[in-house]
Amino acid sequence: MEEIAPSYDVVVLGTGLTECILSGVLSVKGQKVLHMDRNDHYGGEAASVNLETLFKQYDNFAPGTEPWKKYGRPNDWNIDLVPKLLMSNGELTNILVSTDVTRYIEFKQIAGSYVQQGQGPRATVAKVPSDASEALRSPLMGIFEKRRAKNFLQWVGNFDEANPSTHNGMNLSQATMKQVYDKYGLEASTRDFIGHSMALYPTDDYIDKKGQAKDCVERIRLYVNSMARYGKSPYIYPLYGLGELPQGFARLSAIYGGTYMLNTTIDEVKFDGSGKVEGIRATMKERGEAGEGMKFETKCKKILADPSYFPDKVKVTGHLVKAICILNHPIDKTDNSDSVQLIIPQSQVGRKHALVSSTHNVCPKGYYIAIVSTISESPANHHLELQPGLERLGKIEEQFMGAPIPIYEPLQSGEQDGVFLSRSYDASSHFETMTDDVRDIYRRAEGEELVVKGLKEGEGLVGGE
Amino acid sequence: MTDSTASAPKPSSSVKLVLLGEAAVGKSSLVLRFVNNDFQPNKEPTIGAAFLTQKCQLPSRTIKFEIWDTAGQERFASLAPMYYRNAQSALVVYDMTKPSSLVKAKHWVAELQRQASPGIVIALVGNKLDLCDDDDPEDEAQDGENAEGHEEEAVRKVSTAEAKAYAEEESLLFYETSAKTGHNVSEVFTAIANAIPETSLKGPRTGAGGGTQAAISGGQDTSRVNLNARGADGAAKEGCAC
Ligand SMILES: Cc1cc2nc3c(=O)[nH]c(=O)nc-3n(C[C@H](O)[C@H](O)[C@H](O)COP(=O)(O)OP(=O)(O)OC[C@H]3O[C@@H](n4cnc5c(N)ncnc54)[C@H](O)[C@@H]3O)c2cc1C
Ligand SMILES: Nc1nc2c(ncn2[C@@H]2O[C@H](COP(=O)(O)OP(=O)(O)O)[C@@H](O)[C@H]2O)c(=O)[nH]1
Ligand SMILES: [Mg+2]
Repeated sequence: MEEIAPSYDVVVLGTGLTECILSGVLSVKGQKVLHMDRNDHYGGEAASVNLETLFKQYDNFAPGTEPWKKYGRPNDWNIDLVPKLLMSNGELTNILVSTDVTRYIEFKQIAGSYVQQGQGPRATVAKVPSDASEALRSPLMGIFEKRRAKNFLQWVGNFDEANPSTHNGMNLSQATMKQVYDKYGLEASTRDFIGHSMALYPTDDYIDKKGQAKDCVERIRLYVNSMARYGKSPYIYPLYGLGELPQGFARLSAIYGGTYMLNTTIDEVKFDGSGKVEGIRATMKERGEAGEGMKFETKCKKILADPSYFPDKVKVTGHLVKAICILNHPIDKTDNSDSVQLIIPQSQVGRKHALVSSTHNVCPKGYYIAIVSTISESPANHHLELQPGLERLGKIEEQFMGAPIPIYEPLQSGEQDGVFLSRSYDASSHFETMTDDVRDIYRRAEGEELVVKGLKEGEGLVGGE
Repeated sequence: MTDSTASAPKPSSSVKLVLLGEAAVGKSSLVLRFVNNDFQPNKEPTIGAAFLTQKCQLPSRTIKFEIWDTAGQERFASLAPMYYRNAQSALVVYDMTKPSSLVKAKHWVAELQRQASPGIVIALVGNKLDLCDDDDPEDEAQDGENAEGHEEEAVRKVSTAEAKAYAEEESLLFYETSAKTGHNVSEVFTAIANAIPETSLKGPRTGAGGGTQAAISGGQDTSRVNLNARGADGAAKEGCAC
């Protein structure tokens, strides 16, 4: 049968989204790619799993029982392990379109983007206003504040870096966001929802950082433009869950010649005298397969991998806590939306919910999947950190909560040893930081900027039809 | 039956068809024969063309097959579930000169029955009929009369009776084909087109897998989005590009 080639340009380890996008891009550009994963499925941390798998993964059921059975066919569930949504005007959307991976995946809007104000029983939940006219109708603000917010959003909407007349006398590359908020006289609670639910900052650190105003305005513009795209919320979501994304890019890579091997463990990474990677030794063995499996060796110039393949080459930068919950009702005060993002800005830490439902083919009719997540400040009693979020959900049928998840980043750029590592998925509620990482890895590994626009043009290859 | 000339307007529906089976049984060759009426001996895996469409004209309607090839991901047992998700039809192919490929085919049939949409139409296809001698003990009707034996001497290792019995047991369509001579190839696709229940046809599919991406599906589901309509307002777009 088919053999493994004696050498590849790139070996990619792990089939998370970051790795699959890079694999797809490199294959389209004509590199010879061998892409492997130790698991028997695509996606790694970015997979969507069925309900039985989820119960088993979290091990929260009595031995001998099969609690998933009362929730219909396990395969009707596609539960994300990483709670994220796509910004409809974001970079991942651009990459999907320019690579034609949109052929394989259908997207739907998320029905609403909400923010909570206040705490406990007196808390209000309201739609995040996305433009000047929505600001005027928002219950989040009093009558005078509405006008100030409208002025601010109008200014953001018209802001054009190249045109100083739109800058309103400020130099955003120098200014702090506090100065900007002060200029528009915005109240603290308004700053709160703008910073956390539009600019999507996880903390309030951005407010006093010099020069951060530009980044903040860009984030708000991304939010507003994404919102304007389809109307209900700035977010879109793939039918059958986020796990479709890595599969789609893996298919792209395979179509352009990439070789795929799941169920493959890496036995050794070989380095030459100068410390640069020169090859790998690995074993492919399907689950339940008898014998030693297929052992092989191949040469490569570079390795791209997720942090789990090189634990010695990464460090922990923080922890994420999350709880995956199954509900049989929408979240209170979100207009019965079948899918929402709800942000609870708190003094320091934003708790987030992503809620998706049967309309996205991730669970049977009548059920909802809610994921509550936050950055863990004190891993010791992390369950308390999720409490405000869990309270918001109302009655919960099942709850899956594990230990805090470490977030890794590479210690080195990879230029020395030819091993280029990705970062873990962070706590942000979208993929913008992931696509930043894709660009960063591409730059480190290939020594040039990744240009996604027109990626497939001029490759001399047609995708059928 | 595959007809590119314009004909009177008939209802037209898109149908996702996937190919499954062991590597090298001739999946890509069957598609090439069906779509381009061509065959390339010892062909290299085609790059960049794992998504093809071909129309099939039936008396009362037109079926547009959206054919997904494996892109070689079956080689090391690494096909992604998204591949067969929502498939309305599947060709499960084995090589008649290689008994292990029928075992693999049975595995795929089971996988489809477990994972795929309940109404999926599955055809079991024994390929490389041209390599088989006329001496299949259990098979009286022989079609391989001009098998030329270009390749090294290969003989039938899977009898028609055995495969047919299995196909009947599992309610699969069953054909023996040769991508090389073209024997029975269009017949398989026509049989599938005929077997697709009318009720599962929704007009030109506008969903993923279509030549263009999801527009607003069926005009009712306004939350579906068409990412490819950049700049446009996301209004419904004709789903089929050919
Ligand atoms: C534990 C942890 C939790 C996090 N939680 C969140 C969260 O809840 N919400 C959230 O939005 N981000 C979250 N992030 C990402 C974080 O927001 C950004 O890394 C940080 O806010 C960016 O600030 P910086 O100026 O240091 O820029 P850098 O990270 O150096 O940013 C460089 C550039 O990347 C772009 N960029 C970075 N992050 C984003 C982003 N999130 N959206 C759009 N563009 C971006 C910006 O345009 C910026 O100019 C989290 C990160 C960690 C490590
Ligand atoms: N003799 C003969 N060879 C075939 C036939 N179909 C495919 N082949 C050859 O079998 C090999 C594998 O075919 P391919 O279509 O790539 O198989 P796939 O891996 O299942 O897609 C190629 O060398 C083809 O030329 C057939 O019907 N008869
Ligand atoms: Mg093939």
